[in-house]
Amino acid sequence: MSDELTPNELLDKIDYGPQSKSGPESSNWMDTTASVQIRPGMYCYAAKAESVETLGLPNARPWNPLDEDWKLPDNWQEIIFQGLKERLEKFRTFKVFMDICVRCGACADKCHFFLGTGDPKNMPVLRAELLRSVYRNDFSTAAKILSKIPGGKALAGSRPMTIDVLKEWWYYFFQCTECRRCSVFCPYGIDTAEITIMAREIFNLLGLNIDWIATPVSNCFQTGNHLGIQPHAFKDMLEFFVEDLEDVTGVDCTPNFQKKGADILFITPSGDVFADPGTYTCQGYLVLFKYLKDKYGLDVTWSTYASEGGNFGFFTSHETMKRLNAKMYAEAKRLGVKWILGGECGHMWRVIHQYMDTMNGPADFLEVPKNPITGTVFENARSTKMVHITEFTADLIKHGKLELDKSRNAERIITFHDSCNTSRGMGLLDEPRYVIQNVCDNFYEMPPNTIREQTFCCGSGSGLNAGENMELRMAGALPRANALKYVHEKFGVNTLGTVCAIDRAALTTLCEYWVPDVEVYGVHELVGNALILPGEKKRTQDLRLEPLPGMELEEDEDE
Amino acid sequence: MNQKYLIPLTAVFLLFLVAYTGVEGAGLQWFFGIVFPYVAILAFLAGFVYKVLGWASSAVPFRIPTTCGQQKSLPWIKQNTIDNPDTSTGVFLRMVLEIFLFRSLFRNTKAAFNRNASNRLSYSWEIFLWVGALAFHYSFLVVLLRHFRFFTSPVPSCIKFLEYIDGIVQLGLPGIFLSGVVLLAATLFLLARRIFDAKVTYISQAADYFPLFLIIGIAATGLSMRYFTKVDIVGIKTLTMGLVTFSPTIPEGVSGLFYGHVFLVSILFAYFPASKLMHLGGIFLSPTRNMANNTRAKRHVNPWNYDVKTHTYEEYEDHFREKMIEAGLPVDKKE
Repeated sequence: MSDELTPNELLDKIDYGPQSKSGPESSNWMDTTASVQIRPGMYCYAAKAESVETLGLPNARPWNPLDEDWKLPDNWQEIIFQGLKERLEKFRTFKVFMDICVRCGACADKCHFFLGTGDPKNMPVLRAELLRSVYRNDFSTAAKILSKIPGGKALAGSRPMTIDVLKEWWYYFFQCTECRRCSVFCPYGIDTAEITIMAREIFNLLGLNIDWIATPVSNCFQTGNHLGIQPHAFKDMLEFFVEDLEDVTGVDCTPNFQKKGADILFITPSGDVFADPGTYTCQGYLVLFKYLKDKYGLDVTWSTYASEGGNFGFFTSHETMKRLNAKMYAEAKRLGVKWILGGECGHMWRVIHQYMDTMNGPADFLEVPKNPITGTVFENARSTKMVHITEFTADLIKHGKLELDKSRNAERIITFHDSCNTSRGMGLLDEPRYVIQNVCDNFYEMPPNTIREQTFCCGSGSGLNAGENMELRMAGALPRANALKYVHEKFGVNTLGTVCAIDRAALTTLCEYWVPDVEVYGVHELVGNALILPGEKKRTQDLRLEPLPGMELEEDEDE
Repeated sequence: MNQKYLIPLTAVFLLFLVAYTGVEGAGLQWFFGIVFPYVAILAFLAGFVYKVLGWASSAVPFRIPTTCGQQKSLPWIKQNTIDNPDTSTGVFLRMVLEIFLFRSLFRNTKAAFNRNASNRLSYSWEIFLWVGALAFHYSFLVVLLRHFRFFTSPVPSCIKFLEYIDGIVQLGLPGIFLSGVVLLAATLFLLARRIFDAKVTYISQAADYFPLFLIIGIAATGLSMRYFTKVDIVGIKTLTMGLVTFSPTIPEGVSGLFYGHVFLVSILFAYFPASKLMHLGGIFLSPTRNMANNTRAKRHVNPWNYDVKTHTYEEYEDHFREKMIEAGLPVDKKE
């Protein structure tokens, strides 16, 4: 990050007073559209043509957001108009949210991107107004009547669709991570994520996706996961973890692949298989499944076909989301499992919890999820038939089915980062906390305005965790980092627990940048450390191959 | 001064003057007292129904409530049944609290950043918008209900009781109604917020100032009629009763101030469905608030769900079969 802003330079830029940087000519923000500069550090590269082609989406071609000419189809305005019209009919959220905002400003300082950049167009209300102003021009009868009387144009607050407006939309709707924090505070529940989702659908009609979304989507469709890991490589990677685990525990944790007739199909984001520190969380899953197999005979299988829990299709369009998600049920059906267990991920769980059954259900070929070890029926997943792994593990712990040695996590002074999607699109708040507190003694919460339903985004969600937009990401990360720094200084917190694969990657970068002494852990990495496997050797190392507390000397003796 | 509030302010002044001079100068009582109020009420009703039906005609493809508390999951984990409801009772309570007490606005915080050694972002509870909004909406409601004394004969006892409560602070003569004063104060506060809070100034449009000026104008003309320039109450009641019984008459001697007041009210009604004021209807239809968070337990049906092209397992295996066999992964077809 040498050529990027230092934390101090970034902090110097923050100013929440919009007037101080807009001159008198810009008394109305609509007059400032032409001066919006798409600048390096703040935007993501354009989608590669081949990725757009794989999915058969429109207008695949090489293009560059910094160029004057975006190589749009000639009738791009008509496409936008028809695209908006169709979505206003298909989504009540969109239509109602276009009409009822009173611009009270309650959401203004709730957005992490506004708090981190001070850019007034990052206030959620304004982000939505970028689109609403065009909606009023094109779809509001009232605005059309008003614009015919003197002063009525100003009263309507409308503007026509131009290329500058499109570029402004593109810049700012890719500065929203669809985290829904604004929606918690809105007196009408207006959800900017819904509006961003519609805007991005429109972009995809014109071939204006970003590559960090389009290429993972294409990989996921074709190869089975975002990272494009082919089946044999996927298996190799897990086997590599198995070797490490054997060193640590002395137990062979080899998983099942595509095992027909297994009890449970397990699906997690491919980031857990590919990138540290998610890989340690992945090893935690392997340890847990080995334990359950040996102790209780529970048969869990992985699949290389459905090897992606995440769904960047959700950041492309509802249709693309459905196309990628279809693999979960298809594979569960083919393998004949009883139900599906899902790993730690944020947006994956929003998709499973609020969309999957509706899109690709009913899953009548599966059974109502029941934990055969505890007898617990997961009533809250009765129809979708997919259970979150912290719901599953919390149930096991509550019933005393896991033997845990907390002391192995004794050096971890931990706080928990609620992921946006699982907190505001699901309400998974106490399950991960319960698991953490049963595998780790030193747990401290961050300040109340920054956790649970008020949690702050990592700044890199919704497909914005690329490398080229680092200034944007670190600015968006500021509110989370600031709260983390507070508990780091106050309680000596050195571990940030999370249940999201994007978090595991993004928060690691956040910590390096803002709070360098804190490390990021998945909840099931901590479980994997604490869980006592039947027949395991005396552990001296944790899953990261670091010496366990009190074992530093024995480590030396071994060598 | 910028034109975002200059235009609406001028518009409200002009509208008042049009009615005042129209009556005092041109004798157009019949237009401002009868024709326009009827037109405005019709526009309000038709517009309101049209708008709500328009929203209702759009599909609700997914159940996507914003969850603001612990979900229902394991029986021993305490669910937040109001902020994350999984039943219609919970949703009902959530909506009641939202509609009558502005619960989400009650959560409002104010962020501040201190650029110093600690560089701390801090959040404080910001109650004033909630207080101002509640004061405004409830005082307006009471004022509106009190006006039913002009449209009913005899005046129902509940309206009389409301007047009694509203005038409980016995101050001056005629006795002061709290609601009118609070209404004016609250609208002035909301206006001040728009003008002096830089963030709110930035997001405000003329469409935000116009209803505020309009309501300030309505409150000011109303207060002035009651407390300062006396108007002919008996004459006014004759007119209003005529309107409500569909036998409109124009009484003698009612001043232009009254017609100005009625005209501004009529404008507010006519403008209502075309404006952000429709949040009155929209709040009931907001899918992030009026749906239960039980999508995994009970299947939600999307009326326009359609089949999509997927990448099937068979296609996948065809593509990778050799590599899969070599790696020892199970395959459905060996060749």
